[in-house]
Amino acid sequence: MSFVSRGFHGRRPPVDPARVPPGQYVEHGFPVLSAGPTPHTPLAEWSFTLRGVVDRPRSWSWPAFTALESQTVTVDIHCVTKWTKLDTLWEGVSLDLLLAGIETDARFVTAFCDGGYTTNLPLADLRDGRAWVAYRYDGEPLHPEHGGPARLLVPHLYFWKSAKWVRGLELTVEDRPGFWECNGYHDYGDPWKEQRYQGD
Amino acid sequence: MLRLPGWPGHRAGQHVDVRLTAEDGYQAQRSYSLASAPEDELLMLTVERLDAGEVSPYLVDELAVGDRLELRGPIGGYFVWEAALGGPLLLLAGGSGIAPLWAILRHRAATGSDVPARLLYSSRSIEEVIYRGELAANADPTLMIDLTLTRSWPPDWDGRRGRVDDDVLREVAWTPDERPLVYACGPNGFVEQAADGLVRLGHDPQRIRTERFGPSG
Repeated sequence: MSFVSRGFHGRRPPVDPARVPPGQYVEHGFPVLSAGPTPHTPLAEWSFTLRGVVDRPRSWSWPAFTALESQTVTVDIHCVTKWTKLDTLWEGVSLDLLLAGIETDARFVTAFCDGGYTTNLPLADLRDGRAWVAYRYDGEPLHPEHGGPARLLVPHLYFWKSAKWVRGLELTVEDRPGFWECNGYHDYGDPWKEQRYQGD
Repeated sequence: MLRLPGWPGHRAGQHVDVRLTAEDGYQAQRSYSLASAPEDELLMLTVERLDAGEVSPYLVDELAVGDRLELRGPIGGYFVWEAALGGPLLLLAGGSGIAPLWAILRHRAATGSDVPARLLYSSRSIEEVIYRGELAANADPTLMIDLTLTRSWPPDWDGRRGRVDDDVLREVAWTPDERPLVYACGPNGFVEQAADGLVRLGHDPQRIRTERFGPSG
């Protein structure tokens, strides 16, 4: 399908193909992308909630949430706009811990956020040490532009799934497309399969 | 400007992915906003050349009339405007962020929409203003165009100077009661300051749509 672009050679920055998915380039800054203004929710009003198809909803205030056991992880992140950032350092609470003990028939979740953003993921993708609610980046409190006070961190999927300003998860039996998933982007978003847009 | 046989059409504000392929199969791809209206015969991309870039220097320096270009799109369903969405429209452009807003303005003109619109365009210098001639030729009484130069200006420049701050927004951005529909596109620092300013002035965050580019921190 592709054809040669006359006179194009490329700069070809050296990249490790085992770490940089197809169609991505390595970015050293940390670009900011979002569809609206940055919310600034006071921590006193912040909570994180698990609700929907659960035996009982659970909710944590900011002090309760940050008192939970946290993990520090170094992961590579991949944005659908083509940049990949290697070795990013985060601290947050594992979804394994947050979901522990929950009885549910749900197979999907919708992450909901300040500002109204939503994104959907299979519940299974949040388990087994693959997902966190992160509130520190690079040793500092997570900056609002990057999703602070807290954002979802699911680095094995394109980064729009790592919802900024996350306030909770709604567990659902059926898959419900979120904000970008309703606006032309892929429902699952595996960067290694280049699932960028609907139909990929 | 590109001629695309079989182009399915786009909505004003959408973008495309451009993919370049070298002779040995090496590929690089980036996203660019469409600056043309759906009604225009040719597709128009606006590309800012980034010295350290891999795709934009090729598009600006190398690509010539007659070359073929691989595109994918149109992409994006949120940063778009159609007459049915109404207004009044407030368009805030930083640098090459003018591109999708230009598509919106061209679409508005092509459809004869009477939705009142204001464009506030921030550029480092007069030389870097894209579509300068077209902007100066604006004769539409329902479109107000405001330019601010942030780094340098001609000696006889009597327009705005400096970055978009709350005072400028208070003058230009309609009032919160008029409930403008806002599209802000540009480098993240520009968009963040403009969107934050509008929220501070009392505008509804749900009516502010943003598109940001460029690395930061």
